[in-house]
Amino acid sequence: MEMINLTIDNKKIQVEKGTSLLDAAKTVGINIPTLCYLHLHDLDITNKPAGCRICVVEVKGRRNLAPACVTECTEGMEVNTHNIRVLNARKTVMELILSDHPTDCLVCAKSGNCELQSLAHELGIRKLHYQGEQSHYREDTSPAIIRDVDKCIMCRRCEMMCNDVQTVGVLSAVNRGFMSVVAPAFEMNLDHSVCTYCGQCVAVCPTGALTEVDHTNSVIRALADPSKTVIVQTAPAVRAALGEEFGMEPGTLVTGKLVAALRRLGFDYVFDTDFAADLTIMEEGTELLDRLNRHLSGDKDVKLPILTSCCPGWVNFFEHQFPEMRDIPSTARSPQQMFGSIAKTYFADKLGIKRENMVVVSIMPCLAKKYECARDEFKVDGNPDVDFAVSTRELANLIKQSNIDFNSLDDDDFDRPLGESTGAGVIFGVTGGVIEAATRTAYEVFTGKKLEKVEFQQLRGMEWVRSATVDFDGLPIKIGIAHGLGNARKLLEDVRDGKADFHAIEIMACPGGCIGGGGQPLHHGDSSILKARTAAIYREDESKVIRKSHENPFIIQLYEEFLGKPCSHKSHQLLHTHYFDKSKAVEIE
Amino acid sequence: MATFKMHLLVCGGTGCRASESENLFHNLRTGIIQKGLENDVQVLTTGCFGFCEKGPIVKVLPDNTFYTMVKPEDAGEIIEEHIIKGRKVQRLLYVNPLTSEKVEDSKHMGFYRKQLRIALRNCGFIDPENIDEYIARDGYAALGTCLTEMTPEQVIELMKKSGLRGRGGGGFPTGLKWEITRASKADQKYVVCNADEGDPGAFMDRSILEGDPHSVIEAMAICGYCIEATKGLVYIRAEYPLAIERLKIAIKQAREYGLLGKDILGTGFDFDIELRYGAGAFVCGEETALIHSMEGFRGEPTVKPPFPSVSGYNGKPTNVNNVETFANVPVIINRGAEWFASIGTEKSKGTKVFALAGKINNVGLIEVPMGITLREVIYEIGGGIKEGKKFKAVQTGGPSGGCLTEKHLDTPIDYDNLIAAGSMMGSGGMIVMDEDDCMVSIAKFYLDFTVEESCGKCAPCRIGNKRLNEILEKICKGEGSMEDIALLRNLSNVVKDTSLCGLGQTSPNPVLSTLDNFYDEYLAHVNERKCPSGQCKALLQYWIEPENCVGCTACARNCPVNAIAGERKGVHIIDQATCIKCGACMEKCKFNAVFIK
Amino acid sequence: MASINIKLNDQKIAQLQAICKEFNNDKGELINVLHKAQHLFGYLPAEVQEVIAKELNTSVAHVYGVVSFYSFFTMTPKGEYPISICMGTACYVRGAEKVLDEFKRILKVKVGETTGDGKFSLSCLRCVGACGLAPVVMVGEKVYGRVAPDGVKDILDEYLKQ
Repeated sequence: MEMINLTIDNKKIQVEKGTSLLDAAKTVGINIPTLCYLHLHDLDITNKPAGCRICVVEVKGRRNLAPACVTECTEGMEVNTHNIRVLNARKTVMELILSDHPTDCLVCAKSGNCELQSLAHELGIRKLHYQGEQSHYREDTSPAIIRDVDKCIMCRRCEMMCNDVQTVGVLSAVNRGFMSVVAPAFEMNLDHSVCTYCGQCVAVCPTGALTEVDHTNSVIRALADPSKTVIVQTAPAVRAALGEEFGMEPGTLVTGKLVAALRRLGFDYVFDTDFAADLTIMEEGTELLDRLNRHLSGDKDVKLPILTSCCPGWVNFFEHQFPEMRDIPSTARSPQQMFGSIAKTYFADKLGIKRENMVVVSIMPCLAKKYECARDEFKVDGNPDVDFAVSTRELANLIKQSNIDFNSLDDDDFDRPLGESTGAGVIFGVTGGVIEAATRTAYEVFTGKKLEKVEFQQLRGMEWVRSATVDFDGLPIKIGIAHGLGNARKLLEDVRDGKADFHAIEIMACPGGCIGGGGQPLHHGDSSILKARTAAIYREDESKVIRKSHENPFIIQLYEEFLGKPCSHKSHQLLHTHYFDKSKAVEIE
Repeated sequence: MATFKMHLLVCGGTGCRASESENLFHNLRTGIIQKGLENDVQVLTTGCFGFCEKGPIVKVLPDNTFYTMVKPEDAGEIIEEHIIKGRKVQRLLYVNPLTSEKVEDSKHMGFYRKQLRIALRNCGFIDPENIDEYIARDGYAALGTCLTEMTPEQVIELMKKSGLRGRGGGGFPTGLKWEITRASKADQKYVVCNADEGDPGAFMDRSILEGDPHSVIEAMAICGYCIEATKGLVYIRAEYPLAIERLKIAIKQAREYGLLGKDILGTGFDFDIELRYGAGAFVCGEETALIHSMEGFRGEPTVKPPFPSVSGYNGKPTNVNNVETFANVPVIINRGAEWFASIGTEKSKGTKVFALAGKINNVGLIEVPMGITLREVIYEIGGGIKEGKKFKAVQTGGPSGGCLTEKHLDTPIDYDNLIAAGSMMGSGGMIVMDEDDCMVSIAKFYLDFTVEESCGKCAPCRIGNKRLNEILEKICKGEGSMEDIALLRNLSNVVKDTSLCGLGQTSPNPVLSTLDNFYDEYLAHVNERKCPSGQCKALLQYWIEPENCVGCTACARNCPVNAIAGERKGVHIIDQATCIKCGACMEKCKFNAVFIK
Repeated sequence: MASINIKLNDQKIAQLQAICKEFNNDKGELINVLHKAQHLFGYLPAEVQEVIAKELNTSVAHVYGVVSFYSFFTMTPKGEYPISICMGTACYVRGAEKVLDEFKRILKVKVGETTGDGKFSLSCLRCVGACGLAPVVMVGEKVYGRVAPDGVKDILDEYLKQ
């Protein structure tokens, strides 16, 4: 490896050829500020348009200041990162950015968690010397995401996520010069576009330009209504990330505190989406085995591979972009919706209350869940199975608003029956987890044998597209996994073109799976956080006594008491769905 | 051209066509046919003569008669008098504005005397739609020489020796650029001709493409041979329909003659050219933005390195040169590097084409040797300032350049001197300003342009130029302060220092150079709330001179806002607070009583 | 929104598809395709962009991002007689702005707008290269040189009579 010698702020350093000034400086404890730059190291996601010009530094011999994020170190370079020329330029550029930015920080959804705000503070901006016209755009509220692009600083992170990573292609830089901004085509509303509400744009937005639709007040109102029984379900990925909002180390599991907090908030029953994840495995796993058996017996019409359908961003994606393949995914509803459906039938019956008097709130790492629970097909006479989907971030806010000292809470346990789950349900929160959970059950059901080892390491990891073959007692079952919709697209195109011979494929829209969802605490570009959450999820799995969905006693009870057997008529009614061709649903206002 | 006794060359440039030169051409040709002279006299449409001020132009060869402002209906007289009777049509001859003498031979016109036409060598001499005429003037000889007698390395060496530098503004040595692109290894490389001329007030490249398209085609093929590219692309403004048309014709003819396509001149060298259209974005003159535009994206620049010579169009090594640079290449090959290097100054060789415009008598396209002074250009070629007014400044380099003043008039023009003087060569716009021009307004004019043309990608250019423009507007309105001037200077420096591409890195130049050279004008706007040239409307005041006012009431009756009070036959007074400065009073006053202060 | 609502008939869609095909449905040729499409329709309404995006297998946001970047492309139909005032430097220093103001005053439209009757639209352009004739105004393809503010009415009258 060729090494380069240079000095940064009079410190002599040696770095590998190809290293950027930004990375080189970090090795000697110099943190050059950045704004548009984003690098998710473990996922190989990079955004460096060199547009914000905050990271400019002085390189001796160069006429202009150089952006550290994209300038490669060269031999003998002499760099100064904080002399008066650099500081003046950096502060002036910051003032310029702020001069075209609303100053409603006090009431901004991003206040306290805004990269622009923190940077302005770090740079010591106390006055805006340059003021003038500001660029204004229409505000756009969709079922899941709010765009207030007056606050857009053209960092292009969302555009990169939407196009390069997710290949959804809803967002693009539009217009030119002062009026340029990132927006959907014709600056129309997101709900008129092919947006999947995966929320990855929100996850990377450094300002308040992209935020989630906030349902916390609706939840507070429901909790205050004595006529309502309010029950809550919480998704697996939430427990691995919520602690971050309260200053805990990334990867801290807060399951017990989470339950305690929800109880303090006043929910009548605190349940677990993991229970519904186990239920999903029963339905989806049965569907898989059914298709597999039909295939093995020579049925030419059977659709293989089967694709998972737990991820609402993914469902939106194929309905818009691959509608002709909508008969391939499993018809099983997502755990959130299975939970809502069972809660408002089975559990409501048990309580002897009408579904109208039950409010189901879900705590989700995901913004697409907000859209999913509002879908018409998940309503009975207009009453939704799940009333409100609240993100991890919103929950943290709700806890803070209710004066709960989260860190000092004692652990508490989920209620029964819908709070009991297995390790298989927990791992739904990470890429590869759904298919691993399905494999644990499908293997035992198909072969009739007991698994020696429930962990399938070959299904785990962070690579974008993975494939593995699992030996079902002599029958090699080929499994594909993709996370990130761009990778899903690749896999789907291979399936469509007959280039892939998988039996089952798991897809999650967000990089890393649900732990990297659009509703999670913001990672601010630190991908080690995603890794820590993943590790936490697997730890939770290991700590469970029961780790296979079909062994969950409450699932067994549910089938005995209510559903009959997996994929029965009743479960089809309550736990399965159908998909729509939305390719033509794009309207032009 | 040998078989004809006489030639009538009619300018077919955009400027002259706008003044009905096509009809003129038609009338001349039908007239010649009617008289049965079609075997003796050839009527030709040529490219731009450069002397756009007096278009349409008709030149008669061999006697070099230069008719100006010729109307279609003048065709009959030219044929009857000049062609048949041998008497020049006196009323159409060019009149020297200084001596009021009629000039019979164009060689004696000041406009042409100091020019040296290399890039424009064929403009105005040949029919650009006929490849034979180009070939007759050594066309494609250079390509032949290169392909059959020289190695690519030898050609590059010759280009380096000639000292030719990029004429698009940057001034990068052309031979060196070719050498770097040649050194990049790839299965496919591209030659790109940047014809996205976008400076407001510049039309050099368009004139070359309209007047001599083959010179560019030939040079691109030579460049392709040197860098091992088989494909050329011309990125041309869609607003240049005539240039596009002529380029298309030329490419087609070159293909028919085997000078483009497979196995050129039987040497096994393949090269062909396609057109790509710009769509109205000045920033696409920047080479990375241009490449993104050719790839079907928004024309946003990216950071260099990587340079296009390493990773350009479709990620392949790409050599980008502008039209004028290419137009020089064949002559350099034909006449040798030493010849070319003998012209110009130490570090700037050859000539430069300028679009001379503004408050000058001879507006037009000129080509001068490097090292000529501004004084020679303005007073000898340009014929001095219009209406005998006083010279104030000359702006070179378009929105990226600066204003030069009286004290720079004797500076030899070359790349380095212009930069040292606070401006730049740019692509060749040269706008002359007189005493009536307000330099703060001029700076604002350029900033208006940059604000509109900034791509929006980087913050300093997107927002900084907007703020610069707003401060200038404030000053022009008389609302500026000394603090604003300080802010203006700081912001200009920061925008230059931090912007991503050449557009933002140079856009504050008009501000900085006017601040440097016309600081007094800024002070007058700020401290005295006055515009010394009377251009800033907000700072004007209309007053009535009591001695001249007869009390006719015409001004008061025509004032749209009733700002004028006064009795009939009494002196009238304008209420400054109400006045909207429309100028109606001044227009209506028959006694010169209204004046501006 | 920005565009006037139109519905494309099958014939127009077929023409658009033919244009895309001419460029091998290559999204790298987007700008060439847009030029031809604008030539066909006079402007680029949303529906046209939708069809192009589909044919070139790219996102409509990308197409719109490009359309809204380049000043040559427009989403509003031009007037029957599109008027362009050259705002190049040569024209500017010779009074183009006053000429523009006069057009704005008489037509009662801003730059980029079309008159209510659809007859005239007003736009600025940067240097048509007829600097010798500055200030220059173009109506359609016709060039008017050395235009003074008081000549504006005469130019408009020429077209009002038609």
